[in-house]
Amino acid sequence: MNDAQTITVEVIGVEQVTPLIKHFKLAPAAGGSLPVFSGGSHIIVVMQGAGRVHKNPYSLLGSPLALDTYEIGVRRMEESRGGSHFMHDAVEVGSRLEIAHPVNLFGLDKIARKHVLIAGGIGITPFLAQLEDLHGGSVPYELHYSVRSSEHAAFLQRLQRREGERLHVYYDSEGQTIAFETLLATQPLGTHVYVCGPVGMIKHVIATAQSCGWPDSHIHWEQFSAPPVGDAFEVFLARSKLSVHVPPDQSLLESIEAAGVEVPYLCRGGVCGFCHTRVLELDGELVHNDHFLSEADKAKAKSIMPCVSRANCKRLVLDL
Amino acid sequence: MSAVFKPEETFRGDFNYSNSPQAVRRFPLPFAEDNYMYSVNIEPHLPGPLGSVTEFAFDVDEHYVAECRERAIVLATEPLRYQAMPHMMSSQWDCLELIMESLAHDYPAHFSLAKQGNRWHWINRPLEIDQHFTFGDTATLPREPLDYITRQAQGDFVVMDQREGDLWCEAGMVTTQADWSLDFDLGMTFKEWHGPVPLAHELQVFDRALKFLLNLRLGQPVRRLNWTMTINPRLDTSPENYPQWGTDRAAVTAQNAGDLVHLRVELQGLWRLPRSNAVVFGIRCYLISLRQLATVPKWARRVHRVLKDLHPALVDYKGLTRYRDAAVQWLAPFDDGSPTTSGTAPE
Repeated sequence: MNDAQTITVEVIGVEQVTPLIKHFKLAPAAGGSLPVFSGGSHIIVVMQGAGRVHKNPYSLLGSPLALDTYEIGVRRMEESRGGSHFMHDAVEVGSRLEIAHPVNLFGLDKIARKHVLIAGGIGITPFLAQLEDLHGGSVPYELHYSVRSSEHAAFLQRLQRREGERLHVYYDSEGQTIAFETLLATQPLGTHVYVCGPVGMIKHVIATAQSCGWPDSHIHWEQFSAPPVGDAFEVFLARSKLSVHVPPDQSLLESIEAAGVEVPYLCRGGVCGFCHTRVLELDGELVHNDHFLSEADKAKAKSIMPCVSRANCKRLVLDL
Repeated sequence: MSAVFKPEETFRGDFNYSNSPQAVRRFPLPFAEDNYMYSVNIEPHLPGPLGSVTEFAFDVDEHYVAECRERAIVLATEPLRYQAMPHMMSSQWDCLELIMESLAHDYPAHFSLAKQGNRWHWINRPLEIDQHFTFGDTATLPREPLDYITRQAQGDFVVMDQREGDLWCEAGMVTTQADWSLDFDLGMTFKEWHGPVPLAHELQVFDRALKFLLNLRLGQPVRRLNWTMTINPRLDTSPENYPQWGTDRAAVTAQNAGDLVHLRVELQGLWRLPRSNAVVFGIRCYLISLRQLATVPKWARRVHRVLKDLHPALVDYKGLTRYRDAAVQWLAPFDDGSPTTSGTAPE
């Protein structure tokens, strides 16, 4: 919805767990406990960078039962627009950040007979919290974790210690790959599959599951897209009667917010559809980067997800 | 408000029920204008004015003790008014926590909750309950957590699991309902559950409401008002017991409508639950006779106008067909045609 109810947290731990991933521990600055959450939830972290505000979604990876701290893992993105670099370079023990209440867009299905979890790289983070819920329960599950090499296998010791034979690790460096066809063709009825990782992996898992006859309701995935950079463009907000400039390295949503107009949002990663905005006029084309609109809706160019999508246009008018 | 409980009240038999003058003034009138049609009238469930029914998350009023006893009476003969599917256990604990924490925080004179880790101590003074238990361990409570806590709360509760882009009605305590049945609706999706509602589907009310609720956020509950009418101050107008109350409608005349016909308002609240990611839907029922309603001149004029012009499909759906005219006739002398101020405040 909006940031009216953010929580101030203090960074109480930072650990470089792989060459690219840092693990942060956040405690409520006012003391006490943080809100209860469910496995698969993410928080939006609000970072006051130099001259601009970053708001990035990060999955909570700690135990939903340990509410004195929240844990997140942040991968340093090569083409960062600043958020992940800010977390890596400017945030240290003692830093203060604002976070929004947890939101779960990637929950475990409670009537599943079995869970198959598939993670690629940093995509392991939502599963770490879900495993806390699954561990000790009566529903069978298995985790397939694909990483570049052993030095890139974040949180592996914690997983090995607890999950034992339910954990399957695959190292790209040793030519190991997940045999998706075999894995997905041999699951019992009532199994749900969850995938979080690079976009290619997600697409492959979805396509393979579908070709094996899995119902869509049993296939779950989450990928937060970072808003991609693009050409600068202008947007006119019809209801606010405001003209807004969108620079190459700032998202449409961020630019609108910087102009003082609030847009309801949940994930800021093109997943939830909450920032869905009507396009009133367009001279040019929209660059849709979200996972929410159908291909048909994208082609119609009547709506846009300003959190990740942009435009190549002479004129764009939004219903804001 | 610091209510004085009226434990002798009844919602059946002799119908020994009325609202105190204070309770009349705080009655949640659902009509902000002189006419009524559906809308997605959802608003944030933020604390309302001091003493109003929305001052706190859960309103505990003068009928609290009597309503809890009424619930126990219903459950004694019809235990299936409470049901929960096995996968809803984490949401049951979520509900128990939400209700206990809210009541203890908002009404410290009546309720208290002490925690030492998972060891909780709950005191409900109006109902004389003193319970030590372990949060998360069902064996330490006399009943399942949702059953246990909703026997100590006014209004009905339905818990909806969220999956497959839908909300599934899969647990609940329903004894104060306007002619619908948990036993019948259990396991249904959001739109299946609301299937019988006329017009609203065409208006895409449920498409929009569902989309909104799927994105309901933790810590940001919402509410809305709904209404119908009931003959006698009867909380349990269930389809299961239709033979006991359906015929009451035939007894209404223009002479007795002021005492028999009651406006029935539901204050509906919706909360995202933290452990289960489920949504709990609270349906709190308020009853007021037309005679008591008419003690507020503005309300008498407004309800007269709303009932007179109500869409025929809504008259049928709300079950008003047999007595709507009698109620309108009874209210007519209170309506001199003078304008009403907008909003629902008494004046």
